Amino acid sequence: MAAVTTSAERSLNKLAIVGVLIVTIIFLAPIYWIASTAFKPRNLATTIPPTVVFQPEISPFVKLFTKRSQLRTAPTPEQYAAAPWWERLVFDGGEKVVRSGRGEVQWSGYPSRFMNSLIVAITSTILAVGMGTFTAYGFSRFKIKGEQDLLFFILSTRMLPPVVVAIPMFLMYRAVGLNDTHWGLIILYTAFNLSFSVWLMKGFMDEIPKEYEEAALVDGYTRMEAFFKIVLPEAATGIAATAVFCFITAWNEYAFALIMTNRRAQTAPPFIPSQVGSGLPDWTVIAAGTFLFLLPVAIFTFLLRNHLLRGMSFGAIRK
Amino acid sequence: MATAVMTTLDPKSRSAARGMSDLSIRNLFIIPTIVFLIVFNIFPLLYSLGYSFTDFRASSPAAANFVGLQNYRELLNDLFIWSNFAITAKYVIVSVVGQVVVGFGVALLLNRDIPLKGLLTTLLLLPMMLSMAVVGLFWKLLYDPSFGIINYTLGLGSFEWLSNPDMALYAVAITDIWMWSPFVMLLSLAGLSAVPKHLYEAAAIDRAGSFYTFFRITLPLVAPILMIAIIFRTMEAFKTFDLAYILTSQPTTEVISIRLYKMAFQEWQTGRSCALAYIVLIMILAITNIYVKYLNKVKER
Repeated sequence: MAAVTTSAERSLNKLAIVGVLIVTIIFLAPIYWIASTAFKPRNLATTIPPTVVFQPEISPFVKLFTKRSQLRTAPTPEQYAAAPWWERLVFDGGEKVVRSGRGEVQWSGYPSRFMNSLIVAITSTILAVGMGTFTAYGFSRFKIKGEQDLLFFILSTRMLPPVVVAIPMFLMYRAVGLNDTHWGLIILYTAFNLSFSVWLMKGFMDEIPKEYEEAALVDGYTRMEAFFKIVLPEAATGIAATAVFCFITAWNEYAFALIMTNRRAQTAPPFIPSQVGSGLPDWTVIAAGTFLFLLPVAIFTFLLRNHLLRGMSFGAIRK
Repeated sequence: MATAVMTTLDPKSRSAARGMSDLSIRNLFIIPTIVFLIVFNIFPLLYSLGYSFTDFRASSPAAANFVGLQNYRELLNDLFIWSNFAITAKYVIVSVVGQVVVGFGVALLLNRDIPLKGLLTTLLLLPMMLSMAVVGLFWKLLYDPSFGIINYTLGLGSFEWLSNPDMALYAVAITDIWMWSPFVMLLSLAGLSAVPKHLYEAAAIDRAGSFYTFFRITLPLVAPILMIAIIFRTMEAFKTFDLAYILTSQPTTEVISIRLYKMAFQEWQTGRSCALAYIVLIMILAITNIYVKYLNKVKER
């Protein structure tokens, strides 16, 4: 905006800075609260007044990954001494780690759900971005009859409410045995992200000067060679940004996962809320699970920061 | 349209003779995507269109009977369904208005000489990137009447948010505003930064008041982009499922997606839920149409 000159302008600017700081603190408070609760001992998670300063500990993460049961009697000093450090943390919380008959530690449901999330999000991202890149190139460079209608059709598939699509998909998946499988979710997420990937990649493709390929074609490249050797490297940044967006969407998705999976292929978003059952939930464990789940997205958001506008507007607004 | 159409190569030229023709490459690149979307989006919708005329229940082995338009007729005459739509409309209005006020307001603040602007903007954008279901769940703790930090910070004592039928929908909307105001802010910032500086300079020379400058210069120029944000958020709020489903089970927060989910997967009224899905679908397509028109308008600028 206009250069700061008058004193009125200057004090207005100071007010704006204060305002922005306050808003930032309010907006980040819930995220900070998740992160800090993930490192609290259980008895400090739900205190009044809220506990802000505390000795951080990692017992919530130990509990997150293990299956536990209530301690009926306190462990004997020998048992306590023989236990590894992380098991003592569980003892300290009044619980014990469940072991199999052969003494193996039993995992909780979380690690497998986290793995499922990774498998489904990564595979569907590769498929959606791969297909989307080719299709975007096609739309960007060739004459297509009814191009606008086709692009609208592609975008409209993205706008469908998940529950609306889920009803017939559930019946179809049940008929072919795809319910509660990784591939079932991967197909749904690929379809969901494909339209986004086409729209975003088309924007990136439109920005690559077609003269690059024309020059290559004149030099004797085939169109395929020109696409792979000239266009793809030029589009690398766009492909990466699109991939990160698709990954985040698939990673965060809840409704399809809730309806289509229940155990084997269940991802983290429907699993984490299912932990809050009856009674008083252990919020430190939920916070730990949430924290680990949000961490990749937070990192990606920083990497993506210059592409957020473009991605959130389906490539329409480029700055 | 600014689509770059490449000149078709002379078929006799060397490179066209080798490899595939442009036409077959075009088809190879585009047709799989279209087919994929038809198979996994359009075909299922046709499948459910068929079921919407039946009394099919996925939980029972009984065969589906054709009932004609009965499902549609009953749904459109069902006052409970209309109240679900009314709840949805209320939710859309509260949360979109909130997002526009907060998002546009913060964008106005940020559109000045602020130190560390880039970092602050990125931090402010974080909520919209997170999973609604997972972060929404944590808001249950924040809203907790006895040990939630919201009541503590605002000094509200043991005010009930989620278990109060009158308050629950607003609580869900507040969380939605927290998550999605950043989206409106992001688009508004793009609009604000595109306003040519010389307009403000001219206004300053004419001694125009800041009120006048805002309503006659800033707002009209940002309006198209703001409109995109509003339509997109309206569409998303209309479809909302995750947040309301996770945060509360109050009947006053039963938005249409939740009703649809319960009808289909808890009451197993499959045929009827397919009909309701179609009613929702037609509404969504109408909004999508408006959205795309605006997208193209802004793109052409």
